[in-house]
Amino acid sequence: MEQLAQIQVTHLFFLAFASLAVVAAFNVILQRNPIYSAIGLIVVLCCLAGLFLTLSAQFIAAIQIIVYAGAIMVLFVFVIMLLNIREEESKIDRQKYLKFLAVPLFLALIAEVMAVLKTLGNPPASPNVPGTVESLAEGMFSTYVLPFEATSVLILMAIVGSMLLARRESKEEADSIEAALTAANEPTEIEEHSEEEVHA
Amino acid sequence: MVPLSWYLALSAVLFTIGVVGVVIQRNAIVLFMCIELMLNAVNLTLVAFSRFLGDVTGQLFVFIVMTVAAAEAAVGLAVIISLFRTRETLNVDEADLLKL
Repeated sequence: MEQLAQIQVTHLFFLAFASLAVVAAFNVILQRNPIYSAIGLIVVLCCLAGLFLTLSAQFIAAIQIIVYAGAIMVLFVFVIMLLNIREEESKIDRQKYLKFLAVPLFLALIAEVMAVLKTLGNPPASPNVPGTVESLAEGMFSTYVLPFEATSVLILMAIVGSMLLARRESKEEADSIEAALTAANEPTEIEEHSEEEVHA
Repeated sequence: MVPLSWYLALSAVLFTIGVVGVVIQRNAIVLFMCIELMLNAVNLTLVAFSRFLGDVTGQLFVFIVMTVAAAEAAVGLAVIISLFRTRETLNVDEADLLKL
């Protein structure tokens, strides 16, 4: 009896988080102002963290909140605020017809997934592996130590690359790039120019 | 215990919403959010399989996917900022050249 009650609670938990996540996901794609999309995405991420808890992945749930809903979404909101985007109707709407393609695409993908799930059936749950820091760290620093190191190198490259991309160029530098672009017919000149820049 | 197929169905719905968002939205930042939505749908699948197969490897891959998503967001938003500086727009239809 007690077990039955527990099962009911888990199901309700799942249904509540799942429906909220789907509604928020629609909110992400249907809003015109990106800041509301960002709020919708934060709700989706928090719902998924709750679902990870039902799958006994506590560490992943915590990381989901800290890294995704915290760090990555702050980055998104920061960029939205920085660019101060107006709500605008696009002047060139070349992809107008794609909006009508989206609905059949949605239905086809859902139907396909449901067909696959029907043939698969439900496997019984295996003995529970707790998603604690210990159990994750054991795998990460033994079997998967190479992918782990690869991701650290990737993060380093991403930091350097994004700083290089988002850096505001000084006036002289922008002028010299402009000059190089206008003299685009002679590639040797551009090379000289950029070399000069490097030395300077 | 909630059956595995429920998690997979939810993940499929979220992934599909992400795909539809990429198709219908023209704002570069919202396109990035749709990609994050798709990555999260996949994360849910990985964690669900990890639970039902009794293997912690799925959760490790979620960790790696999150790292890649963070790197992607950092570089992508930097590209968006420099795009906005040169073009004064975020509409991906108007940014169809690699040249500045």
